[in-house]
Amino acid sequence: MTVAAEGTAKLPAFQRGVHPPQGKVFSADMPIKSLPAPPQVFMAMLQHTGAPCEPTVKSKDEVALGDVVGDCDAFVSAPVHASISGTAAMASVATLPNGRHVRTVPIKANGEQRTGEAMIDDVLGGEWSTRGIDAIDPDQIVTATRDAGLVGLGGAAFPTHVKLTRNEKTPIDTLLVNGCECEPYLTADYRLMLEYPAPVLAGALLAAKAVGARDVLIAVEDNKPMAIDTLRRAVRGGEVRIVEMKTKYPMGGEKQTILSALGRRVPTGGLPLDIGVVVVNVGTAAALARAVLRGKPLTHRVVTVTGPGIHQPKNLLVPIGTPYRALIDFCDGLTESAGRIIAGGPMMGFTLANLDVPVTKGTSGVVVLTGREVRQAGETQCVRCGRCADVCPLNLVATKIALAARSKDWLLAKRYHMAACMECGCCAYACPAKIPLVQLIRMGKVQMPRE
Amino acid sequence: MTDKTDKPTAPAGPVTHVAPSPHVGDRSMTTRRMMTDVLIALALPTIAAAIVFRQHLLWQLLGCVGAAAVTEALFAAARRKPWSITDGSAVVTGVILALSLPWSCPWYVTGIAAVVAVVLGKMIFGGLGQNIFNPAMVGRAFVMIGFVGAMGAKAYVTSDPAIDVLTQATPMTVWGSEEFPRLGALFWGNTNGSLGETSAIACLIGGLFLCIRRTAAWQIPAGVLLSASVIASVVDLSSGETMDVLKHLFGGALLFGAFFIATDPVTSPLTPKGKFIFGLGIGSLVMLLRLLSNYPEGVMFAVLLMNGLVPLINRWTIPTPVGGPVPVRKT
Ligand code: SF4
Ligand code: SF4
Repeated sequence: MTVAAEGTAKLPAFQRGVHPPQGKVFSADMPIKSLPAPPQVFMAMLQHTGAPCEPTVKSKDEVALGDVVGDCDAFVSAPVHASISGTAAMASVATLPNGRHVRTVPIKANGEQRTGEAMIDDVLGGEWSTRGIDAIDPDQIVTATRDAGLVGLGGAAFPTHVKLTRNEKTPIDTLLVNGCECEPYLTADYRLMLEYPAPVLAGALLAAKAVGARDVLIAVEDNKPMAIDTLRRAVRGGEVRIVEMKTKYPMGGEKQTILSALGRRVPTGGLPLDIGVVVVNVGTAAALARAVLRGKPLTHRVVTVTGPGIHQPKNLLVPIGTPYRALIDFCDGLTESAGRIIAGGPMMGFTLANLDVPVTKGTSGVVVLTGREVRQAGETQCVRCGRCADVCPLNLVATKIALAARSKDWLLAKRYHMAACMECGCCAYACPAKIPLVQLIRMGKVQMPRE
Repeated sequence: MTDKTDKPTAPAGPVTHVAPSPHVGDRSMTTRRMMTDVLIALALPTIAAAIVFRQHLLWQLLGCVGAAAVTEALFAAARRKPWSITDGSAVVTGVILALSLPWSCPWYVTGIAAVVAVVLGKMIFGGLGQNIFNPAMVGRAFVMIGFVGAMGAKAYVTSDPAIDVLTQATPMTVWGSEEFPRLGALFWGNTNGSLGETSAIACLIGGLFLCIRRTAAWQIPAGVLLSASVIASVVDLSSGETMDVLKHLFGGALLFGAFFIATDPVTSPLTPKGKFIFGLGIGSLVMLLRLLSNYPEGVMFAVLLMNGLVPLINRWTIPTPVGGPVPVRKT
C-alpha cells in the first residue's frame, strides 16, 4: 500500500462547470445534533437504485431498532431496517420527493428510544480502530455491507455491496472517498469529516480492503480547509491520501471527482469500475465502518437542514424514515420568506411538495430558499450565446439537446449526445435566457423512444 | 415549460412552489444584461464618432435607433405580442447599424436600412434568437445595393470644410497611395469612414470589455484578428511593404466588425471551437475582399457570408462528450 503523500499541491479541476454561491455559512458551524426519535417513522421499501423490498413485518408486529422490516432477493437491492423501536402498521404508499411512488411501512414509536448523545455515540462516536482491518475477509465486508442495507449516502443511493463486490474482469486499483460536497448549502459531509474523521477513515480502509484497491484517497473541496486539516491529522502515518480539490460545481459528481483527482475519464455510459476505481461518499464510508466493525445496520444518517428560509439551521443525525416536517419543526420551522423547500441541494435536489414524506437513505439535506433566491421563470428566447456549452462538465451543447427534446427531434438529440447528459444542471444555471435546459433534457431522455 | 406555481404546502404562512432543479440560477447574466453590456461597450466608438463627426453622428443614431424601435413596436402590435424592446436588441441593432453608415447617409436611406434590419434581419425569422444573419448587416447590405450613391466612397467625402476629416477619402479607398492616413490617425480615430469604425482604440477597449464580461466570446475577435494578420503579413512579406499589417487591422471596419458585429451571439456558432473557426473565416474573407474585390472594404459581406455558414460550422464542431461518444447499445 502507498504511504500517505504529504503533497499539498492542488489538483487541476475538471474543465468547465459553474460557481454557484455556496451558502454553507448557514449551517457550517453547527455541530451534529441528534434528532429525537419522532412518534412515527415511515420506512420506504425503495430508498435505493435497484429492486424494491418487500415488507418482512406485518401490521402490529413489534420491531426493535435495527430489525429488518423490508428485504429483497435481487442482487441490486438493499434491505431496510427499523430506525426506531415500536409497532409496525399497515404498509401504505408514499410519493417520495423524486416522484417515485413507493410502499412504506409505518412504525409507531413504542417504549424506550435511544436518542441524544447516546445515539450519536452509537453511530459515530467512540473508538474506531483500524488495526486488524487487513485481516478481515473481503467477502465478510461485502456481506456485512449488504446485511446493513448500505447504499450510497451521497444522493444516488446505489447499493454499496454491489460496488464492493470483486469482479475478475475489472480489477480495482483505487478507492476514492468523496467528501467534495459540491452542492451549495449542504454541510452534512463537512461536519462528519470535521467531527468524526475516525469512522470515515476506517470505512475507507474497509472498502479498499473489500475491492482490493492499493490506493486509497479522500477528496475534499478546498472550501473546507478545516476538514482537510482534521483528516490529514487523523491519517498521519496511514495509507490514506487526503487530496484537496478546487471548489467548483459539480466536483462531487463521481466522474468529475475521478477526472480531477486521478486524471482518468469514466467512459460515457460506463461506471468508475470500468477504469479501476470505486467511489464511495464519506457518509457511506462511516456507515460502512459501523456495519462491519460494530455490526450495526444503516438506521440513521446526517442531514443538513438549512437555508435562509429556516429559522435555526442545523446538522442533524436523523432516524431514516422521519417525516421532513419533524426536521423542519426541530429547526424552529420556516421563516416568513421561505419560498421553496428542497430535498437535497439546490442544484440537483427535488422540491418537497409534501412535508409528511419520509427522509430516505439518500437524503443529504433539506434546503429552504426564499422566493428571491429561487431561479426565476421568465424564460426568453435562446440567444445562442453558447454559455450552456461553455459550462457543461461533459462538453455537451445543452441548447441543441434541450430544443431538440422540446420539439421531439430525437435524431438531433442523439447527434448531440443527449444520453451522455448527467443532469447536473450547470447549463440551466448559466443560461442568460433562463431556459429550463436540464429540465427539458430530463424529459427528453424519458420520452425518447428506445430503439 | 413553466414552473408549476401551485400547491402551497408549508404549514401556515409561507407559500412554497414546486419546480424542477436547479433551483438557483446565475443572476449576474440575463439576456437584457448582455444587451446592456453591448450598449456600454458601444459607447466608446460612439463617443469617438461624436468627436469626429459631431451632429452627423447624432442624426444617424437617432434615425436608426428610432426607426428600429418603432418598427419593432409595430411588428409586435401586428402579431399581438408584447413589444420586445425591453430585451434591448432593437436598440443594439440600431446603434450598430448607425455606426456602420456613412455620416452623410440621407434620412430615408437610414430609415430604410433600419426597417429592413429589424424586419428582414430579425422579425421574419421569428424574432430575437431565430435569425440567421446579423440584422444590422442585413439592413446595411440592403441599402448598399439599393442606394449605391448614398453608400459608396463618394458619400463619405465633402468639400464642406466645417469638419476637417470629411474632406479626406476613407482610408481603405486610398490604400497604398499618399493619401492613406498615418497609423496614429487610424489608432485615435482622426480619419474619415463609417461613423463607428474610425477609432481603433475605442473599438479595442469596448471590445475587450465585452470579452472580459464574457458577453462576447473572445474566440471570435481572436480568430478574425489572427487570420487577418496572417494574410496581411504574407502580403507584407511578398510586397516588401512594412506596417501593412497594422494598417489593415486599424484601418476600415475590421476592429469594429470583429468586436461588435461578428460577436453577435445569435448569428455566430455555439461552441468555442466553432466561434474561433467563424472568426478565422471572417478575417480571411475580409482580407480577400479587400485585396481582390472592387470593394475597398469587406467586413459586411464577410460577416453575412459566415453567418450563412454557421449551421454548418455548428454541425462540424459538435464536441465529443468527456468520456467518449454514447455507446450504441447492443440488442
Ligand atoms: S445558454 Fe441559454 S441562451 Fe445561451 S445558447 Fe444556451 S440555451 Fe441559448
Ligand atoms: S445537465 Fe447535462 S447538458 Fe447540462 S451541463 Fe449538466 S451534463 Fe451538461
